[in-house]
Amino acid sequence: MVSTTTNALETGTSGIRRLPGQLLRARLPWVPILILGLILVCAAFAELIAPHDPLAINVLNRHMAPGESASHLLGTDSLGRDILSRLIHGARTTVIISFVSLLAGAVVGTVLGLISGYFGGWVDAIIMRCVDAALGFPTVLLAMIIVVFLGTGTINIILAVALTFWARFARMARGDVLAVKTQDYVTLARITGVSTPVVIWRHIFPNVVNTLTVISSLLVGQIILLEAALSFLGLGLAPGAPAWGIMVAEGRDILIDVWWLSLFPGLAITIVVLAFNFFGDWLRDTLDPKMRQAQ
Amino acid sequence: MANNQTILKVEDLRTHFFTRSGVVKAVDGISFDLHQGETLGIVGESGSGKSMTAWSILGLVPKPAGRIVGGRILYQGEDLLEKSAAEMREIRGSGICMVMQDPSTSLNPVFTIGNQVYETLRMDSRQSRSSLRQKAVEILSSVRIPAPERRLASFPHQMSGGMRQRVVGAIAMARDPNVLIADEPTTSLDATIQLQYLTLLKEIQAATGAAIIFITHDFGIVARMCDRVAVMYAGKIVEQADVLQLFDSPSHPYTEALLRSVPDLDDQTDYLPSIDGQPPTLDNLPIGCSFAPRCPHVFARCEEFPPEFEIEPGHQARCWIRYGGN
Amino acid sequence: MQKYIITRVGQGIFTLWALTAIVFVSVHLTGDPAIYLMPIDASSKADYEALQRQLGLDKPLIVQYGIFLKNALQGDFGTSITDRRPAMDILASRLPATLQLAAAGMGLAILVGVPLGILSAIKRDSIFDKVAKIFAVVGMAAPQFWVAIMFILVFGAIFKVLPTFGRGGPDSFVLPAFVLAWSIMAGMMRLGRSSMLEILDSEFIRFARVKGLHERLVLWKHALRNSLVPMLTFGGISLAGLLNGAIVVEVVFAWPGIGRMLLDGVQARNFPVVQAAVLASGFFYIAVSLVIDILYAYVDPRIRYSE
Repeated sequence: MVSTTTNALETGTSGIRRLPGQLLRARLPWVPILILGLILVCAAFAELIAPHDPLAINVLNRHMAPGESASHLLGTDSLGRDILSRLIHGARTTVIISFVSLLAGAVVGTVLGLISGYFGGWVDAIIMRCVDAALGFPTVLLAMIIVVFLGTGTINIILAVALTFWARFARMARGDVLAVKTQDYVTLARITGVSTPVVIWRHIFPNVVNTLTVISSLLVGQIILLEAALSFLGLGLAPGAPAWGIMVAEGRDILIDVWWLSLFPGLAITIVVLAFNFFGDWLRDTLDPKMRQAQ
Repeated sequence: MANNQTILKVEDLRTHFFTRSGVVKAVDGISFDLHQGETLGIVGESGSGKSMTAWSILGLVPKPAGRIVGGRILYQGEDLLEKSAAEMREIRGSGICMVMQDPSTSLNPVFTIGNQVYETLRMDSRQSRSSLRQKAVEILSSVRIPAPERRLASFPHQMSGGMRQRVVGAIAMARDPNVLIADEPTTSLDATIQLQYLTLLKEIQAATGAAIIFITHDFGIVARMCDRVAVMYAGKIVEQADVLQLFDSPSHPYTEALLRSVPDLDDQTDYLPSIDGQPPTLDNLPIGCSFAPRCPHVFARCEEFPPEFEIEPGHQARCWIRYGGN
Repeated sequence: MQKYIITRVGQGIFTLWALTAIVFVSVHLTGDPAIYLMPIDASSKADYEALQRQLGLDKPLIVQYGIFLKNALQGDFGTSITDRRPAMDILASRLPATLQLAAAGMGLAILVGVPLGILSAIKRDSIFDKVAKIFAVVGMAAPQFWVAIMFILVFGAIFKVLPTFGRGGPDSFVLPAFVLAWSIMAGMMRLGRSSMLEILDSEFIRFARVKGLHERLVLWKHALRNSLVPMLTFGGISLAGLLNGAIVVEVVFAWPGIGRMLLDGVQARNFPVVQAAVLASGFFYIAVSLVIDILYAYVDPRIRYSE
């Protein structure tokens, strides 16, 4: 008991400085980390890893069952495209869309949350009303509105996802700001005439980083699920693109005879989301045990 | 005051916690007697095992980590450690009850005061709504709750801390228990309200004849409330005596140190002596006297665990100095 | 209490109004509705201007919005461009199916999720707790559309025990309602477990035991009532997810509700229908949030009596 107190004192109060030490001391969740590593490698080097071109059509080889041919381990789809290759390229689609929308949501949300918490008053009131609206609004509905008016495409799907998730970041960042705003060192900086952006960036932002890391990792799973659902409904990417949601949709009409078309991409989504969820839980428990209740 | 009949007898009680980092001996071989109508103070720093003694008596040691590993708790001559869960439930509330430290969290925030009083009264007998209500008003007015009829419909958050603590006291005494354990019941109250509450407890005791175990770290309260005192340190009772004996001739260095750190209103020094060092962690105690590392009188013999020495009739201390050392 | 409800109703009406404004502005920013609404066979300029006049598009925007709002309040969202039926009629014919599905899903999530979560907390670290955890964790990670398809494969095609298509008897509700409920149920279980564990560790639970209360009352009266507060909050948050899920589930199970109507409308760029469905969903969402807020105040007196 005594030893943990001393450690906390030694490592200081800054969120950033506390990060690596705490992470190293905890037991790592190896299985999720390996799965996530694999996904990232697939996304980065899809061309090198995939045995076939994911878009190469070969009608003669259509509907090959998994294991029927050594060169198509997971079988082929209705156009004779290799499912394994499409899955590997699908990892890239998933990673890009979810990370870009996560980043967009996190940046916008954090900035608005910092502003909202720091300035308070009517600025805070307006931003928080928007947060409530965004949190409550069904995303698929939002994506539909966007798609109706802007059309389909990667950018629009990212926009739809980011528009939903920024609010989570804003709310958390605001809460953290309110907690540190009244601390003496922040007051001191303000009194001594440090400019507001610098106060926020140097003194407040570092305190928010831990929370943001944790929420990001907890939200990735939900973002992937949302992106997949939008793709499945045909609200996202162009038909035929190697995205897991689209692949599940492609197998839907011929489910009974060609079950593997829908099975594998759905399994891939489930496993990746599981890995992210476990990793996020671990990160939360390690970095910020208090958040268990807040969530 | 106290007649001599023993209502509760604790013998060599040991309550240990089995955690990942080792065994924590929260209560480690304590014995004391509680007589009818008397008030026994248990004094010590936080973490000395005072509260865990209370939970052990009530049969509510936190599971699964905590376990009573030895000793006996005789209530009216029967060993509580051999009772079934259902039998213990019968005894709690009607035989032994307790008020806890924080009045703001002892009452369930989502039910009215009335609801929480009724459910307590209903345990003894099925009664009609109106007689239940009448009884509830009675016990609330016995703790000086103004307008008790109206208060029955209030929620806990609508009352002040002092009033909430009095309601908790009323509920605890509702079934006329023979033993009331008060675990620092006034710590979170303002000084003036503290005094009112202590006076009230005394009155209730006089009216009902209940014995009280008063857990505290405040010798001022001990002087006001208690007949006998047990001083606990690191899971053991290091000194036990009548209040007057203890204040006159503290016989364990830890008791002396505690008494010295009580602010004396007559004394004009603004410096408050404190005890050097930290209370030990209970999972890694020294083999001998556990106070030795902080004791100013420490000598070679302290490496051995000290037995209980009789200082005078009814006054014992666990310290080698009393054996004639030093 | 009255003040609280009035404030909440006011906020709900404001949100709904904001939604109409967003829909209206979106429609007008992204192009001329007259072009979308033009019948395919009539394309002369005279027809176009007639349509513009008919739709009131020659008037100032704010007046147009007033007309739109007035019509919407009377339940007139225009006419579907595909089959020329009033959008409101289509909505009315689809609404019951969606409401039934949503009620079945939410009911299942609460009736199963809450007790399972509480049992997990009481029987902490038991086999039951572990199995429940796996059930919950998978429910939160598996995409609904895929689970739906796999269920159709297993229960419809392989074992042929349950209907997988359209709305019929009670058995046709089983698969759609479960798919819709699973992730919310999972959330309820995890949240119910953690809040129950926290509550079981609180002083008032200890005091309830100290005064000799029967364990049954301690758990199912004192602890349950308190753990309902966070679960109700979660129920409110899940509403958006419920609507998302309803769209997906309706599409996969060919359920004749608003979700399918929306998706079909989007694909056909059928604005009046989309408008009607979006506003109806918004209305449903706001109304249920309001009910939850009021329930919330009922369960937690600290909210009821504040201010």
